[in-house]
Amino acid sequence: MDTAMGESSMPGPLVDTGLLERTIAEALRGGGEFAELFVEDRATSSARLDDGRVEELVSGRARGAGIRVVAGDTTGFAHTADLTEPGLLSAAAAAATAARGGAARSRRAALPAEPRHYSNDVLVVSESVPKAAKIELLKCADDSARSEGSAIRSVSASYAEGRRRILVANSDGLLASDERLRTRFYVQAVAAGDTGMQTGYDAPGRTMGFEYYDEFAVDEIARKAARQALTLLDAVPAPSGRVPVVLKRGAGGVLFHEACGHGLEADLVERDASVFRDRVGERVAAPGVTLIDDGTFAREWGTFGIDDEGQPARANTLIDDGTLTDYMWDLVRARKAGRTSSGNGRRETYQVLPMVRMTNTYLIAGDTDPDDIVSDTEFGVYCVQLGGGQVNTATGDFVFGVTEGYLIEAGEITRPIRPAQLIGNGPAALREIDAIGNDFATWSGMCGKSGQSVPVSSGQPTLRLHGLTVGGTAA
Amino acid sequence: MTAELLEICRSVAASAQVGEQIEAYAVRTRETDIEVFDGHVESLSVAGIDGIGVRVVADCRQGFAWAGTLDPDVVRDTVEDARDNAGFAEPDDWNGLAAPDDVAGVVAADLDLWRDELLSVSTDAKVEFVLSLDEALRGADTRIRGVESASYGDGAIESALASSNGVEAVLRRTRCSASAAALAGAGDRTQSGYGFAVGRTFGALDPDEIVAMAVERTVRMLGARQIASRRIPVILDPLVTASFLGVLAAAFNGESMLKGRSLFQDRVGEQVAARFLQIIDDPTDDAMMGAAPHDAEGVPCRRNALVVDGVLQGFLHNTMTARRAATTTTASATRAGFKGTPGVGVRALSLSPGTKTPEQILAEAGEAFYVQGVSGLHSGTNPISGDFSVGAEGLLVRGGTFAEPVREVTIASTLPRMLLDVVDIGTDLTYLPGSTAGQTLLLADMTLSGS
Repeated sequence: MDTAMGESSMPGPLVDTGLLERTIAEALRGGGEFAELFVEDRATSSARLDDGRVEELVSGRARGAGIRVVAGDTTGFAHTADLTEPGLLSAAAAAATAARGGAARSRRAALPAEPRHYSNDVLVVSESVPKAAKIELLKCADDSARSEGSAIRSVSASYAEGRRRILVANSDGLLASDERLRTRFYVQAVAAGDTGMQTGYDAPGRTMGFEYYDEFAVDEIARKAARQALTLLDAVPAPSGRVPVVLKRGAGGVLFHEACGHGLEADLVERDASVFRDRVGERVAAPGVTLIDDGTFAREWGTFGIDDEGQPARANTLIDDGTLTDYMWDLVRARKAGRTSSGNGRRETYQVLPMVRMTNTYLIAGDTDPDDIVSDTEFGVYCVQLGGGQVNTATGDFVFGVTEGYLIEAGEITRPIRPAQLIGNGPAALREIDAIGNDFATWSGMCGKSGQSVPVSSGQPTLRLHGLTVGGTAA
Repeated sequence: MTAELLEICRSVAASAQVGEQIEAYAVRTRETDIEVFDGHVESLSVAGIDGIGVRVVADCRQGFAWAGTLDPDVVRDTVEDARDNAGFAEPDDWNGLAAPDDVAGVVAADLDLWRDELLSVSTDAKVEFVLSLDEALRGADTRIRGVESASYGDGAIESALASSNGVEAVLRRTRCSASAAALAGAGDRTQSGYGFAVGRTFGALDPDEIVAMAVERTVRMLGARQIASRRIPVILDPLVTASFLGVLAAAFNGESMLKGRSLFQDRVGEQVAARFLQIIDDPTDDAMMGAAPHDAEGVPCRRNALVVDGVLQGFLHNTMTARRAATTTTASATRAGFKGTPGVGVRALSLSPGTKTPEQILAEAGEAFYVQGVSGLHSGTNPISGDFSVGAEGLLVRGGTFAEPVREVTIASTLPRMLLDVVDIGTDLTYLPGSTAGQTLLLADMTLSGS
């Protein structure tokens, strides 16, 4: 089998159309009303610098197909790394056995001769850039972070680039392909001082090729991480209890990703595991709050041409001026509900089933000057960066870490605070928004759900929440 | 099958050129996953995953590459990728694979990790198990209004390792688990709680236990509300103790220590925990789900006492970090499947066996906060400073029994403080999937943030 990665932006299909048709026919032979073949070819490359030394370069490759058969309420699934005719037909038979639904029948879905191809507009394919040039970027980041101050004790930097070609064919006659290149650069700095060791990091990710580095200078990423670690050396304990919280643009999107995004995923709604169930048309947030999930957001970390069920990416309004308008859908649940998918069916690899996932989720800007939001706040916490978060979608309770935050005292941003956890409830937090800035920024991260991790971004203007519980240690 | 994997690894190792060390690690996994929802099978997946990771060390430079297949052509390309990658890394005198000397001296434990029985259970029997688990949970208590999910998963994992240094190791293990989550209460007063069971074979899973656990953890939280901030003694549920141990594990990591990032930096021989506390990583205890006869470099595993009577004994090492720290490996090389190089980690971390039943601990605690679940533990903990602030839910304890349920609060302290603050350890050691086990733990005052 040829496993070389093509350099052209329009590679030939991963599996030819005739074989796709025969595989789908095999998958439907034991019954079942829907069958899908998802083929993936992935190559990743990364390198890490730590303690001033390029420790290792890693590259990986994987290729395979996942086949699912839907029969009634049951989905049968099998996957294989063998893309030959015997490999695909045997996986199709295994998926059909797992579904075991309905009466056996003979059905053949006619597919178009060529897949409809999507891809992001990559200017420089990362694989075409010599590894030595990428190593230089790591060294530059190391130097830049250390130049911020002698208290910087250690620096680690890494880059990761991935190229993923997918091909989706299903028994509805869909045949589509997509090629996605993603790039991310990561810097972590550790500073040592009287208060012990503090860390800072920055890791923007984009759906781009090597031109990523035109948009993000690695020395800037490194300096940002270093400055954050140095700032935290002077941090005071975070307050404990309920206080007003101002989220700087970009910093708080993850709050809305956790606090409401997950609860608006149709699979969780269906399972009665969402506080937003049966609430479409109701007011769920303060006026002025509009929440959008947008898989088409140019070059953002969670962007794609088609989702992993072959559905074109879309921009979907979830909350419109405070009113819940819709959930996010994948294809199978949308079929069951007699509607169209919202383009939110995603999977980490061909080895797992797709589910409803967010893409780039953001709140749109309002019209208040962000400086006025701070000066209007007598006392509170100003969040510049949030770390990971977590939500129990059934209750709406969420937590997430403030990795860079400051006190607001008498309307001024004053002292940095030690990392602390924010805790709240999704629907309550949406109602607590009492100021919306006229600025905007995004943040990229990896979102985990049921063991699958996918790239997502979130965004928001500077916002104030009237009250949120901060879990600090200050008296 | 394991023999076939070993042959593949041997042939890769044999392709080492002059001045080169090569190690291959091949894995084959067979898995079944079943999800039940609303009384029917929502998804059933039966699948296998193959893969190989190849490490090349030449001129003290290390390169790595992996592939999600054992196809011979791809494996050959993967070796080339690893070789090419090594050329771009910077030399480090400590780089290198495990040597025959590292493997000598300790005999690999004879562990009971593989059960043929699991492979002979039919998929139908597994499906039936989850369907009846779902049904049993639905009918277990009038306050349970639904089942959020019921699932079953198992795996038979075989791996082999061979290097040009002549180190070889094979491993076979089976595992299976089942879990179910219940829902109770309406609207924004909803509570959810899960129960689970884990074992090496199908017969080890007791559905009644899973149901009882899910019901208890859901129903006792009905009516939970935020309480006012305070300082209060905290009792950790065994699952929560195990989660905290998972975070604490980084402090024993020899690689982190060498890079100046362990919170136990320069503290060997010092009191780091309460005087009656022992912390042990023992992969040779086959009751622990992470047990293994050898580590990810093929070195036989051993029992490592990390904290004895509250005193820090040392750090965990693989062969590379051991060379750099001028010590010997503790056989603590771990790797995340075939896609990564060996790092350092724990496999079977637990605290010394306790002396009091959970009931005794509750009775002696006075007014305390019993933590049933934490959230944001990894994002909320700074592994270097040890500061943590995590979301928590649970119950107030008064007069030896559970009182009001509590949600939407955080608890905050530092890991070093917490180890010194351990007051009592329960006898209820609970084994979990992953690399830790936990028991009920009573800790002195901690900051609770609420309204």
